[in-house]
Amino acid sequence: MTTHATRPAEPRETTEGPVYTVTGGDWDEITQAAAERADDERIVVNMGPQHPSTHGVLRLILEIDGETVTEARAGIGYLHTGIEKNLEYRTWTQGTTFVTRMDYLTPFYNEAAYCLGVEKLLGITDDVPDRASVIRVLLMEINRISSHFVAIATGGMELGATTVMIYGFRDRELCLDLFELITGLRMNHAFIRPGGLAQDLPPGAIDALREFVRQMRKNLPEYDALCSGSPVFRARLKDVGYLDLAGCLALGATGPILRSAGLPHDLRKSDPYCGYENYDFEVPTTDTCDSFGRFLLRLEEIEQSLRIIEQCMERLEPGPVMVGDKKIAWPAQLALGPDGLGNSLDHIKNIMGTSMEALIHHFKLVTEGFRVPPGQVYTAVESPKGELGVHLVSDGGTRPYRVHFRDPSFTNLQSMAAMCEGGMVADVIVAVASIDPVMGGVDR
Amino acid sequence: MSSERDHRSDGNDGTTVNGNDPTADGVTDAALERAGGTGEAIARRRGMFGANNGSDTTGYGGLTRTVRMPGASARPYGGYFDEVADELEGALEEQGLDPAHAVEKTVVDRGEITFHIAREHLLQVVRTLRDDPALRFELCLGVSGVHNPHDTGRELHAVYHLRSLTHGRLVRLEVSVPEADPHLPSVVAVYPTNDWHEREAYDFFGLVFDDHPALTRIMMPDDWQGFPQRKDYPLGGIPVEYKGAQIPAPDQRRSYS
Repeated sequence: MTTHATRPAEPRETTEGPVYTVTGGDWDEITQAAAERADDERIVVNMGPQHPSTHGVLRLILEIDGETVTEARAGIGYLHTGIEKNLEYRTWTQGTTFVTRMDYLTPFYNEAAYCLGVEKLLGITDDVPDRASVIRVLLMEINRISSHFVAIATGGMELGATTVMIYGFRDRELCLDLFELITGLRMNHAFIRPGGLAQDLPPGAIDALREFVRQMRKNLPEYDALCSGSPVFRARLKDVGYLDLAGCLALGATGPILRSAGLPHDLRKSDPYCGYENYDFEVPTTDTCDSFGRFLLRLEEIEQSLRIIEQCMERLEPGPVMVGDKKIAWPAQLALGPDGLGNSLDHIKNIMGTSMEALIHHFKLVTEGFRVPPGQVYTAVESPKGELGVHLVSDGGTRPYRVHFRDPSFTNLQSMAAMCEGGMVADVIVAVASIDPVMGGVDR
Repeated sequence: MSSERDHRSDGNDGTTVNGNDPTADGVTDAALERAGGTGEAIARRRGMFGANNGSDTTGYGGLTRTVRMPGASARPYGGYFDEVADELEGALEEQGLDPAHAVEKTVVDRGEITFHIAREHLLQVVRTLRDDPALRFELCLGVSGVHNPHDTGRELHAVYHLRSLTHGRLVRLEVSVPEADPHLPSVVAVYPTNDWHEREAYDFFGLVFDDHPALTRIMMPDDWQGFPQRKDYPLGGIPVEYKGAQIPAPDQRRSYS
């Protein structure tokens, strides 16, 4: 589909009609030329994949009649990185390094869903220490907040509300600071590992969390004042991107889209994992089925996540953060070395100096990894975008035989056509922003 | 079909013939039992470290390992599985379809139930699962392909997960097709959500979903050749030089078979 037109406005004849390639501000010429040649108003517009308001490398193909979208299709695959295939060539533990990069705005959900799957295959789900589960919940809920802030911020930016963007990214930064304190990285953590966590919370984490919750409670009302209370913002989002409950279920839409249609479906309630049944929180819904409802839900879910984070801090008891089985637990101790994060020199000195068996064991576990009995499992977590499912198949080897991620962005993006067709071109942007697709997750 | 498979399983009487197999490390008793005679053999691995092209100097050349997936389960399945199986069988019988023809095998493993469905009856089974009030699996979670190149006649698998929001249940359907004839019906008419999922499975595995509205590639470029997630698809990686040594591409590195 590449064109090599030197003069952009020069039409290229194809079997489907003349094709214009627009690279700059030559729209006037295009519309004029199209109006002269075409016998109707119908124009097919290719939006993206490098367009600032398509949420990453998403290509939208819109058939428009005047200002109305008569047909909308999405072209994806521009960010396909073959992660599922790559996983088949790494050990089970190394897999976390890959899956965390899928939907890069929800790394902890990818890691948690994958690790819950590996643990189910190993049959050690009940052996994962409580402290590890509580910290997993804690990290996931902070991640839900940061993901929702990006959804709100980029959605606002695409509407031209740059203040919303600044506010959203300001608050997301607070989440990322916590991630950096706890895992050492702002993104791509690979912190949740099969059997538990890479390491425990660092000193000062609880104080930072308390400060975070306090700050969030202070900042959140600003969104109500800036967005929910603004007549312009409401008018722009209301009744745009409409998808009712039957449409959601037929198209497999989950997460805020499904809940905006009034169904309080949340895997944390209906199929709890990581001990979510022990936390007190609500699943907010609206019955507006539109973008504004989804925006309000995201704000409300941030509130609920703050409640869960507070409960996590109360539930944290001292204890291990990795299963006791030394055949699975990665035998590493991390410490800050001169080149950043690395293995603790004292720990290595201990292994190398005192026990030959420990050295062999360490070597085997790191290079070979552990074996996982054959079989297949499906585990799912409620990511900020919906049901994030993992289908894992093991052939009894040290590496996954097949990993498939059912990413909610991928499935939800399909509903774009149903939301946009028959609406205005400008509303496509609002509808896509309310779906909150992240192309890293869509394309994997 | 099943008698042929049983015959094949009888030929392999254990996981390994070599007592020194390092693979026995860390595998629990339950896992060994699961991997034992009851399972279904899908492949047989020889040697170690991928040294199977002639001059094997690893000393592991005598190793063989039979890969066995969990086999068919007997009743009771436990939990809500029996109810789902009863309702499904009853509903299929009502429609004049012998359940034994549609459901080839039922596997319960690790707290999950898998119905192996004959491809010609897939559409009727999913429609029943969605519409029967006692089943009501409203949400399809897509289709995932699996390639077992050594499982002759059943190389390609399409795995569906269905969730019932009404009853809070989850089941898995698995359809096996031969690589030479990778056709199975599309379920898009029943679950429109599978439109992109089936395109993805076609793109990566070459599974052809008949009657799909537009079965084209979705991730790879339109003119791409081959199906990248099949096991025999070459990765095409290049060796990386690191401190003067050549590190082979991931699929060329030695591995534990």
